[in-house]
Amino acid sequence: MPSFVIEEKCDGCKGGDKTACMYICPNDLMVLDVDRMKAYNSEPDMCWECYNCVKICPTQAIEVRGYADFTPLGASVQPMRGTEDIMWTVKFRGGTIKRFKFPIRTTPEGSAKPDGGFGVGPGTLNDQLLFTEPASLKDDKLWTLGD
Amino acid sequence: MMQEFKTVEVTTDLLIIGPGMAGCGAAVEASHWAKQNNVKVTVVDKAAMERSGAVGMGLSAINQYQGTNTPPDYLSYVRQDLMGLCRDDLVMDISRHVNGTVHMFEGYGLPIWKDPDGNYVHEGRWQLMINGESYKAIVAEAAKNAVGIDNIIERVFVVRLLLDKNDKKRVAGAIGFSVRDPEIYVFKFKACIVSAGGAVHVFRPRSTGEGLGRAWYPPWNAGSSSYLTTTAGAEMTSQEVVFIPGRFKDGYGPVGAWFLLFKASATSATGFNYMAEGLAEGGELHNWPPYGKVKPIPTCLRNHLMMIEMYQKGDGPIFIHTDKAIAKLAEKAPDEKTYKKELKKLEAEAWEDFLDMTISQAVLWASKDVFPEEGPSEIMPSEPYFIGSHSGASGAWTSGPEDLQTPESKDVYFWGYNRMTTVKGLFAAGDGVGVSSHKFSSGSFTEGRIAGKAAVKFCVENPEMPEFDAAEVDKLKERILLPLKHYEEHHKYTTLGTATKKYDLPVEEVNPYYITPKHAIFRLNKIMDEYVAGWGSQYTCSAVTLNIALDLLKLLKEDLNKLAARNLHELMRCWENVHRVQIAEAHTRHKLYREETRWPGYYYRSDFRKLDEDKWGKVFVNSVYDAEKDEFTMLTRPIIHLVDIKEVVGM
Repeated sequence: MPSFVIEEKCDGCKGGDKTACMYICPNDLMVLDVDRMKAYNSEPDMCWECYNCVKICPTQAIEVRGYADFTPLGASVQPMRGTEDIMWTVKFRGGTIKRFKFPIRTTPEGSAKPDGGFGVGPGTLNDQLLFTEPASLKDDKLWTLGD
Repeated sequence: MMQEFKTVEVTTDLLIIGPGMAGCGAAVEASHWAKQNNVKVTVVDKAAMERSGAVGMGLSAINQYQGTNTPPDYLSYVRQDLMGLCRDDLVMDISRHVNGTVHMFEGYGLPIWKDPDGNYVHEGRWQLMINGESYKAIVAEAAKNAVGIDNIIERVFVVRLLLDKNDKKRVAGAIGFSVRDPEIYVFKFKACIVSAGGAVHVFRPRSTGEGLGRAWYPPWNAGSSSYLTTTAGAEMTSQEVVFIPGRFKDGYGPVGAWFLLFKASATSATGFNYMAEGLAEGGELHNWPPYGKVKPIPTCLRNHLMMIEMYQKGDGPIFIHTDKAIAKLAEKAPDEKTYKKELKKLEAEAWEDFLDMTISQAVLWASKDVFPEEGPSEIMPSEPYFIGSHSGASGAWTSGPEDLQTPESKDVYFWGYNRMTTVKGLFAAGDGVGVSSHKFSSGSFTEGRIAGKAAVKFCVENPEMPEFDAAEVDKLKERILLPLKHYEEHHKYTTLGTATKKYDLPVEEVNPYYITPKHAIFRLNKIMDEYVAGWGSQYTCSAVTLNIALDLLKLLKEDLNKLAARNLHELMRCWENVHRVQIAEAHTRHKLYREETRWPGYYYRSDFRKLDEDKWGKVFVNSVYDAEKDEFTMLTRPIIHLVDIKEVVGM
């Protein structure tokens, strides 16, 4: 499939009209079956295996089974994404397990200021300076022809 | 009965269509100038901004950072890589601003690797290593904070632009629909920025079963940038240039870290080192002067060397020798303990490269018990993509910056507002802009910023709200919903179509009155693959095959009027395919027009096998589409060099 939903673990995000996976899927694949309150991947052959549904699911109900036309069965790659880092567990078909942890951001969620901390520069609508420049360039001036 | 659709009208000053990396840059920059000038900015996204666009999965590197290099340095690399095809003003414009973008990303919270002295860790000359799992989420957060949550509309797919009823060379609005609720959206604005991505699934992908979606570029990039600008009458450029990445087979995992960081080599099946041999005295690269003789080897020529091994010599597949690269590192290590430590670090870096941006490749290696230290892996040229931001060049023909021009270039490359297309008020950025290649994620954001500022300036200097024709909007509304109507009218004719199939397991309809979106995409993929130089025809075409394709595309376009959709999701798929077919036709016409083979490894013209520098080396191939007449006009524009390149600067 690509991503699939484990029936037992999915709670349909507890009655909202939109589940977390429906909210995030960049390709609009996830659908909530409101009769059963279970989500599912409605178009597996258009899945990019981007894992955004896997990462966002509040009940860890979503996993990925590699594309059947070229991926042998038996392995799994599963993330646990926190606010600062992500932990991956890679289970090989032959039983090897590898675990990797990588940072995902250095600032608290929600805190990104548009100017990136560089403030507003001296530019006007009529010149070439973007609003944070030249400070954001960490240079005195913007390059132009002849420099 | 078909659902009733209500119309939602949105009036704004500047609409940003598609907040991927470029659209987020546009939102960040435009919001600042908009506040100062009382201009309203609205963002519309087909998906959710947090993870929409090509960077939605994440990335493991930032591929454009200038550091202390100069814009002419970067230009030298780009011009060389695209076999001479590039707009110097656009490329150097991004180059001079891009450091600021990267520094801002770091400020937003993107982890960029640093060495013990606090300097960025480079993968190559221009590439920085990052922990990029949340790259898009972080950048989108800054953009959301800039534009304000009330000005963001998600899950609305813009399918067509509207022109001023009194001036057909001026944009006035856009129309689309919600992919979740029965609502048509009509936007009215002074200016818009089209940053709606490149195009995937125009050509047949190598994986066509469940793995259909495993394209290298994301399947949701359906050629919308190109469609929106083309059908508005904007001049387009270089639609013949596709990009074909050579990646790990099937998963399409990145090879950059293996080649650049770990210095792995690649050979044919029997061990022919095609890159070294190609460069050596008398090697194949010398047949492609002046670009083949200079390092770095252009991307298409690297593919070309692979394709010679695979298709001409039959000595495929191509192997990347990960095992030898690791062994070499072991040799260099002073002792076993250092080696083991080094190997562990390397292994984590290699896996992060996959896990950050192509998780499928990690799944595939785990599923096949692949251990890179134990043996080589196959690499493979993919299907062709349209991606103006990478080593491709297709997109809108836009104005450049005023200050990066010579008197000669200013007449051709500048018309008032940076990144404005030839339609007034219609701006483009990212994959939407042509011959502004190698901007990648950071440069796309930068180009979005450039367009964002210029578009606000346009709104300030053109304060009157343009008006579109209400009758045309009514006609478009009907046209947009036609696939739902077709289904409603005809599905009972055969045994498969029942309204309760909605959201049920995918079952393909067989019905003589309509085709489903899946049928349309498969038809398109087959035409393009077999006649327009896809992988199935070994990337080769001729005037004969291209003309056959044009005949078949004409029939397909007629059949697109008979698309059927069972629900809103399928309606989205229908319109995505309408978008794809437009770029497919433009691409075919451009390929037919340029009578040479300029990018061997991207495509070959079997009737014009060589580079023709005299005839085609000094021009861009452009086109203008007349939507009313459904006619393309082909033309050329001059390539004007703004600076002399003394030395090509490497990767």
